[in-house]
Amino acid sequence: MTSREATLAAIRANRPKGDFPLPPIPAFTPLVGEDLVAEFGERLKRMGGRIEPVAEGSDPLAGIRERLAGAKVVASAVPEVTGNRDLTMVAKPGDLEDVDIAVVRAVFGIAESGSVLFTEGELIVNSVAYLAQHLIVLLDPTDLVDTVQSAYRRPEFASSAYAVLHTGPSATADIEGVLIHGAQGVRSLTVVMLPR
Amino acid sequence: MSAEGMNPQKDPLHPQVQPPTDESARGQDGQRLQHAEGASKPVRAPAAREAQPRGAKIRGDRPIDQAEAAERFIAAPLHQAAHDARLWDVRKKRDAATQAIPEWEELRELASQIKTHTLANLDTYLEQFEAAAKANGVHVHWAADGAEHNRIVHGILRDHGAKTLIKSKSMLTEECGFRHYMAANGIDIIETDLGERIQQLDDEEPSHVVMPAVHKTRIDVAEVFARTLGTDPTNDDAHYLAESQRVTTRPLILQADAGMTGCNFAIAETGTVVTCTNEGNADLSGNVPKLQIHSIGIEKLIPRIEHLGVFIRVLARSALGSTITQYTSHFRAPRKGTEMHMVLVDNGRSARLGMEEFWTSLKCIRCGACMNTCPVYRRSGGLSYGATYSGPIGLIIDPTFNKRKYSTLPFSSTMNGSCTNVCPVKINIHEQIFAWRKVLAEEHQIPLLKQGMMKAAGAVLSRPAAYRAAIGAADSALKALPRFAVYNPANTWGKKREMPETPKQSFHAWYKQNRMKGGAK
Repeated sequence: MTSREATLAAIRANRPKGDFPLPPIPAFTPLVGEDLVAEFGERLKRMGGRIEPVAEGSDPLAGIRERLAGAKVVASAVPEVTGNRDLTMVAKPGDLEDVDIAVVRAVFGIAESGSVLFTEGELIVNSVAYLAQHLIVLLDPTDLVDTVQSAYRRPEFASSAYAVLHTGPSATADIEGVLIHGAQGVRSLTVVMLPR
Repeated sequence: MSAEGMNPQKDPLHPQVQPPTDESARGQDGQRLQHAEGASKPVRAPAAREAQPRGAKIRGDRPIDQAEAAERFIAAPLHQAAHDARLWDVRKKRDAATQAIPEWEELRELASQIKTHTLANLDTYLEQFEAAAKANGVHVHWAADGAEHNRIVHGILRDHGAKTLIKSKSMLTEECGFRHYMAANGIDIIETDLGERIQQLDDEEPSHVVMPAVHKTRIDVAEVFARTLGTDPTNDDAHYLAESQRVTTRPLILQADAGMTGCNFAIAETGTVVTCTNEGNADLSGNVPKLQIHSIGIEKLIPRIEHLGVFIRVLARSALGSTITQYTSHFRAPRKGTEMHMVLVDNGRSARLGMEEFWTSLKCIRCGACMNTCPVYRRSGGLSYGATYSGPIGLIIDPTFNKRKYSTLPFSSTMNGSCTNVCPVKINIHEQIFAWRKVLAEEHQIPLLKQGMMKAAGAVLSRPAAYRAAIGAADSALKALPRFAVYNPANTWGKKREMPETPKQSFHAWYKQNRMKGGAK
């Protein structure tokens, strides 16, 4: 008997007695207000992320362009920003280790948690979102969902090879509870509200 | 930076481990941050040198003497105080996070029901998961036990000529003794979670399911890193130490032949493996090397993606008091030009399913909330249990792996029931602890001295009416039990302390007198 058969046979022989139906999941009332952009920003900041401040009427990417000018290697996965490392030409994921700043667009954001979702489609090379020192995320304000629960009703989780929610930057507090950003992944995550 | 952030409130519990300044990260608006496993206020053991207490002595199959190891932990007051303060802080963060959502109790009930349903139909869901994963182009393997898991993974690595493997933290691979097996077979395993890496470099097991090095002070970490990574032994700055680990681990990540992660949730309908981490190291393990392997305990299955809407909301709140972990990753199919393997591991789980009193322990999602709230765990450290799983959940899981070796663990509990109250999937942990005591006594797995004590108490405790009558006569359970049962050297928790003054009237008697006046309704 293979281990597969042995495990399945043991499970069948040991099946717990009783009726254990799968409960329907109710739609809980969202715990966020109607201004999803404000709610998202507030929660993202509490998770260590940044919201790019934009003065009314000015270019939302002005501040970002200033930062990019000071960076040596910029990998951009978005048409709005030009980088100097072409993600479509990367031979292996580890080659992105020298990237200073990566710019990507989120599929959507979650107001309840301050999270943004990426799939392999947005990242082009998945490792760029972790090997880069800093991550800049473009998010269309109309791409915000209210809750984690509604996020999991989106189709991307079943259709992508890789889907990931980022909520702020890489973090650790494994040494005496001292919170430190940039444990293994990006040291900072900045979201720019920018329509597609 | 706010004045409050720099001078946080006094900690009445352990003022000796509260430093005057605070180094935790600040947010964009200057506010003090406490996401991930960050402490809500600084906890820092004073710089005085105190050797780190080590864990329980392992002597083959002989019963672990948890009390002996706990005594050594208590004898290191700075470590003990810092550990207690740190975990109590996480517990309080958890309370605040759970109280912030009105549907908390409903979510716990849903999480529990989804898990019990899945476990009761685990064969069907495993077959569904396997079919979905195969359709996604994933290689699926089945391992009956830890040894087979290790052999399978070794075989995959051999097929690819892989010599180095980076991995994220996984309790399952700890259970399998994976690192030790691979070391003996010439494969380099590199742990990439900071806490787990500290433990690997110190050649010590993790002491907590979420915070593997929580029993170590920064001075201990500085010593380990100086010895193994060549850092400055006099520099115990947490930022310096974390950065040293980052820069020394990164080249190993880039060069690794294979990557491995554990699994928080496995989705039957899509064949997806979900991991929840704060550091991004599981994503590096899954996205950098050409070969990726996910080890999955068969109890990690849940039916559908929509169920993550329940579990993701309860996991980080229970574990850390955070809304969500920094990274929630969903691995479904291989990247172009790479291979993806999933290993479904039984290792005693299918047998546990048949244990009427204990099968619901399989609902566990490894959040660690029961450990953080447990007064015994906080004061004795995870290593004192001498087992992969420590704290309350360990007491009920460990004996399923080895009844003799872990026969004493179910006695390391005050039976206060707090573990059950915080469990996000409603496992009746303290009741199972009590049930294990009975099983172990019946099977003569516990020492004679403890058996005598159990017999004396058992006759009274096993019958509610007799118990109440005994209490009525003696005013309290403590008095109803023979004195030797309370102060017996085998009763660790009566040792070194007098039992509290007993109330003049028991709660039951008070209730009867004040609330049941005019006859029972």
